[in-house]
Amino acid sequence: MEEILFYIVSACAIISAFFVVFSKSPMYSIISLIVTFFSISGLYIMLNAQFLSAVQIIVYSGAIMVLFLYVLMMLNLKQKDEPLKGSGFQILAVISGGLVFIGFIGALRGFQSIDLPVSPDSQIGLTKNLGYLLFSEYVLPFELAGILFLSALVGAVMIGKRDL
Amino acid sequence: MVNSLLQSIPIDYFIYLSTLLFCIGVTGVLVRRNAIIILGCVELMLNSVNLLLAAFSAYKGDADGQILVFFIMVVAAAEVAVGLAIITMLYRNTRSVDVSLFNRLKG
Amino acid sequence: MENIIYLIPILPLLGFAICGIFGSKLPKNIVGVIANLMVWVPFFLSVYLFINFTGPAPIKAEAFTWFAVDNFKVNFSFQIDQLSLVMMMIVTGIGSLIHLYSIGYMHDDKGFYKFFAYLNLFIFSMLLLIMGSNFLILFIGWEGVGFCSYLLIGFWFKNKEYGYAARKAFVMNRIGDLGLLIGIFMLAYYFGSVEFTDIAAKAGMFKSNDTVLIVATLFLFIGAMGKSAQIPLYTWLPDAMAGPTPVSALIHAATMVTAGIYLVIRSNAIYSLAPFTLDFIMYIGLATSILAAFIGLRQNDIKKVLAYSTVSQLGLMFVALGAGAYTTALFHVTTHAFFKALLFLGAGSVIHAMGGEQDMRYMGGLKKKIPVTYWTFLIATLAICGVPPLAGMFSKDEILVAIWQKDKLVWGLTLFSAALTCIYMFRLLFLTFFGDFRGTEEQKKHVHESPSVMTIPLIILAILTVFGGALNLPHYLGENISQKLAHWLQPIYVGIHAHEEPPFSTEMILLAVTLLVIALVAALVYNKYVVKKAQPVIVENMTGWEKASAKAAYVNELYNEVIVNPVLALGRFFKNIVDKYIINGIVEGTARAVQGCGSLLRMVQNGNVEYYVLAMSLGIFILLLVAGYLS
Repeated sequence: MEEILFYIVSACAIISAFFVVFSKSPMYSIISLIVTFFSISGLYIMLNAQFLSAVQIIVYSGAIMVLFLYVLMMLNLKQKDEPLKGSGFQILAVISGGLVFIGFIGALRGFQSIDLPVSPDSQIGLTKNLGYLLFSEYVLPFELAGILFLSALVGAVMIGKRDL
Repeated sequence: MVNSLLQSIPIDYFIYLSTLLFCIGVTGVLVRRNAIIILGCVELMLNSVNLLLAAFSAYKGDADGQILVFFIMVVAAAEVAVGLAIITMLYRNTRSVDVSLFNRLKG
Repeated sequence: MENIIYLIPILPLLGFAICGIFGSKLPKNIVGVIANLMVWVPFFLSVYLFINFTGPAPIKAEAFTWFAVDNFKVNFSFQIDQLSLVMMMIVTGIGSLIHLYSIGYMHDDKGFYKFFAYLNLFIFSMLLLIMGSNFLILFIGWEGVGFCSYLLIGFWFKNKEYGYAARKAFVMNRIGDLGLLIGIFMLAYYFGSVEFTDIAAKAGMFKSNDTVLIVATLFLFIGAMGKSAQIPLYTWLPDAMAGPTPVSALIHAATMVTAGIYLVIRSNAIYSLAPFTLDFIMYIGLATSILAAFIGLRQNDIKKVLAYSTVSQLGLMFVALGAGAYTTALFHVTTHAFFKALLFLGAGSVIHAMGGEQDMRYMGGLKKKIPVTYWTFLIATLAICGVPPLAGMFSKDEILVAIWQKDKLVWGLTLFSAALTCIYMFRLLFLTFFGDFRGTEEQKKHVHESPSVMTIPLIILAILTVFGGALNLPHYLGENISQKLAHWLQPIYVGIHAHEEPPFSTEMILLAVTLLVIALVAALVYNKYVVKKAQPVIVENMTGWEKASAKAAYVNELYNEVIVNPVLALGRFFKNIVDKYIINGIVEGTARAVQGCGSLLRMVQNGNVEYYVLAMSLGIFILLLVAGYLS
């Protein structure tokens, strides 16, 4: 049952990812990307990482993709705005992507399978748990992330100004 | 349900899945010319790595991986904000988001 | 004692430093006085050393250890013995007289201070050469005098010809120096030391005519050939007359050119064991002597005649060395230093009087106008011809006797050379001082006797020339007064040197023959140039032997054809073919290859991000492949 679920969600992620790459219209690409992110969020749930899945939906599928869509619509890009690359280069690109995949798989073959703990703690991915960690052990990176956000915000505004 | 999933599915599946997603992302970066889509594909790659980290974290029973995922998301959000701002500016200057035109890296 | 020994070479060096650094700011007289002091004082110090020199053993003053490798140790040290004392007194004595003379001669020259700086440096180098206690110190001095010779020959460097003459002297000397160096290396290798005393002590290890000794001595003699202007390396000396006259007198007549003879006498221990080399030296000296004398017959430049005369006399000294008569050779060096310096200074005085004119065809009848110069010059001329009782006669006669003992044929040829010497010297004398004045009216008005600062050295040298023979009177004049130099030098010789004296009657006959030849020659030359007033004709109109003589026996042309032109042709070949095509091709090819690679690689840097990413992904694949295979 669970396996079937996993397969379904994985297939969904992979197929939509393919759509991201190979659909002609940028609009469809971005929407497929949202689907992919949703699938990944589902996979997080399967992995007992509820907090991450929530953040994935809120931040990624929500904020980031909305930003994407917003920019896309603002620029009003159509399919015709993106002339295709030379077919030779496309084939080369696909081949090289495949080669990287094969390389990874081949490299993985070399390693021993990982010893897993007998009964993994199913509580680690809960929000409460992560919250404790985040505000005790990782409080400094957390604050720094805040500063990073602030600077990114300022940067984005500065770049986006019409007349620098 | 969850524990049984972790026991019924070996971690290798997650590794393969995230690798495949990553490579699709790479292919996307290579194939597309639209800068926004390329940025999206980069996000896809980031997500595949996130998935891998979360999987390892869950299977090992160690929360640090998930914290790292969280931080990666933070950075990715910032990156996308800045990146899209840059793309917008480029569009304003060139009326296009075609990366082939942005070969100004030439010295 | 030691401090005095160090002081002797240091003073001229100090003089060089002072004149060289501050000379341009000091007044001329002060420069002249300083430079003179720095030579006069060493002269008196040398005399002091000479008076206080007691034992037969040499005094060694070790300044410091120069370098020591394994068991091979070289000290920077000076050796004072009978030979170096004689040489020091000659060098500093003649040197100081010529310094005095230079004050007058160079008075109007812009490079006055430079001239004295060079002269002092020369004296310093020469003192190193003769005071050093080993071959390496000698070599430093050897190079030093060569360098100063170069500087002083090219003193008036604005004239291109003079510059070439200086370069020629330098290059030819370098050829000889290479031989000397090889000789020194051989000695160091086979004797394990370069100290004169060690080599003299160890020379007994070798048999007579040992190959090692023959080769080593031959190489040393090649060094002497270069410095002392023997065939085939003599052509630089006549050209060296480009320098100021005091330079010719000091360097190219009295001191530097005798360094070769000094070297042979210094290494007498090994030369005596190599009779083959001695014979070789004798024949080379003889050939040089005759050839130079022959060339001297028809030279028209007063200094050129004296230059060839110097070469000829040096040849004579080498003949004496070859006959094994070391003392005689040194005696002739001494007397020759006196009268040849005098001749050169006299010639300088004549040139000074004539306002820079050096061609004898435009002189004549100067006897009355510059009497001091004339008389001193006459004395020197008679001395070089061997008229008794002047110094030249004693030394020359001794040489002839020594050769008579060794080889009758060589004696005959040497006598012939002496006769030639008389011919050109009398021709010089008559053309310059007798007959009618042949120059321009302007010159005629200009002619005047030189200032006393120039004539005093002439007079002193003339006195020395008259009485110099007393140094080594022939043995038949009595035991007590004769052979002083020979007795004095006896300790420096290794092995047996008491060559037998011929019977008294033979000596007298030989002397008579020599004098007869001189008288005959003098009469002939007088008849031709004074009575018949023969004018020297233009070189182009000469024929036969006269032309050959005037053209310096075509030796320069021969060298040009055989050595210089092939080398130049080789140089041209390298320049036009090898350098232009091969070397340039390699260099430019490298540049082109780099350029080509650059333009190929430039296509990679096309600024398109997607290509970069593609390359990156392929690179990742390759890395992964490697990782997979390695794990």
